Amino acid sequence: MKHTERELSALKEEVSQMWRLVISQVEKVKQAYFSGDVEVAREIASREKRVDAFELKIDSDCENYIALFSPVAVDLRLVLSMIKISSTLERIGDFAEGIARHVVENECNKIDSALLEELQMEKIFDTLITMLSDSYVALESENTKLSGKILAKDNEIDELYNKSVDILTSHMRANTDFIACGLKTFLLIRKLERIGDHCSNIVEEIVFYVDAKVLKHGGRENAKR
Amino acid sequence: MIEAKNIDFYYGDFHALKNISMAMEANTVTAFIGPSGCGKSTFLRLFNRMNDLIDGTRLTGECLVDGQNIYSKSIHVDELRKKIGMVFQKANPFPKSIFENVAYGLRVNNMGDKSFIRQRVEESLAAAALWDEVKDKLKKSAFELSGGQQQRLCIARALAVSPSILLMDEPASALDPISTSKIEELIHSLKKDYTIVIVTHNMQQAARVSDKTGFFMLGDLIEFSDTKKMFLSPEKEQTQNYITGRFG
Ligand SMILES: Nc1ncnc2c1ncn2[C@@H]1O[C@H](COP(=O)(O)OP(=O)(O)O)[C@@H](O)[C@H]1O
Ligand SMILES: [Mg+2]
Repeated sequence: MKHTERELSALKEEVSQMWRLVISQVEKVKQAYFSGDVEVAREIASREKRVDAFELKIDSDCENYIALFSPVAVDLRLVLSMIKISSTLERIGDFAEGIARHVVENECNKIDSALLEELQMEKIFDTLITMLSDSYVALESENTKLSGKILAKDNEIDELYNKSVDILTSHMRANTDFIACGLKTFLLIRKLERIGDHCSNIVEEIVFYVDAKVLKHGGRENAKR
Repeated sequence: MIEAKNIDFYYGDFHALKNISMAMEANTVTAFIGPSGCGKSTFLRLFNRMNDLIDGTRLTGECLVDGQNIYSKSIHVDELRKKIGMVFQKANPFPKSIFENVAYGLRVNNMGDKSFIRQRVEESLAAAALWDEVKDKLKKSAFELSGGQQQRLCIARALAVSPSILLMDEPASALDPISTSKIEELIHSLKKDYTIVIVTHNMQQAARVSDKTGFFMLGDLIEFSDTKKMFLSPEKEQTQNYITGRFG
């Protein structure tokens, strides 16, 4: 392997490490949310700093790579996608931390399990975790065959998010004591929905890198065909 | 517009260009890249019939310039070379004054009187971004100029006879970065008036100056596409391996 290739694979490995960290943040925040475990939630907040540090390091490594090696073609696409993926992972890390804070503040952790069921909260978390790990595998294996499936999962999350608005509205209407908690829960689901969007962006970046396609802004339909 | 149709070219038994077809639009810059010996210069030289001078060569296919086959019997090579200027890797000024270097083509072709020549020389030197540097020493020998200036002088000499096409074979590869960047700027500014074809072994240079890039290997044209596409997402694996330095 040439030294430029070694630099690139080191860069990719850094992004993979960051990614594994972010997946575990989302897994932990699910655990914290369902158990109300404040300790776990605090742990997430403290590990958020490591996510941020990864982003800074990856940014500067990408800048250096571009400045020193003027990459083109697949190498250029890789570096550009690493910059975007790491900044997107950082955003996902922020949302995980935001949800962890919600647990620490402990104002409405124990919403009743029937409502959790109705909102399909666990399914939302699990779908996100699957999206994150499937896209991780897509990058590791440089295989974009699953990209359509991952993007479809984001639509599932969007649907659950839209339903949650109705569900929470009717609960708040029926029980005004629930309004504060209902709003908080809505904000939380909104964060989860945003994680799904970010995950889709990551998938688009992987496809750009691997297949040199641009799925953004309507290109997605073409890619499905 | 320049068009090559199914070009095969041989040096004796050696098959140097293999069934090459491509079109170069007017007022664009086309760059040829590829490992040395792949046939870039051979292909470039076809368009002002420089290969005619080499014994034992054979050409099949068509080279069209503005729709006319430049190898047809009715074409006068001298006329053709007025239309199609060429600049080489090594600046090759004549052992004459700066002025006379640029005036040379006009004089041998009996183009215009004294005042016309004077005007064309100034215009050509200006177009080659050299006028300001030499206007006070036009009578000095061309050899007193720096390497970069000599190369721009050769460009001015090529421009003087009002060609419409400019062929450049590694015009900046013997130059320092500043002179190189002057030549590249010049290529940019000339493109509005000329159709430019440049051979370069510097990929970044191809990326910087050209609209389209052709990648050659062992006499084959592997890929010919928009430069932006070529350097972001080439179609062929061989192209990618070459431009990313993973060759071989
Ligand atoms: N005058 C010549 N006689 C015989 N073979 C030549 C001559 N000029 C070039 N060649 C051969 O043709 C091939 C292409 O050469 P050239 O067009 O100069 O390549 P490039 O410009 O891409 O480096 C090379 O293998 C070279 O050895
Ligand atoms: Mg050559």
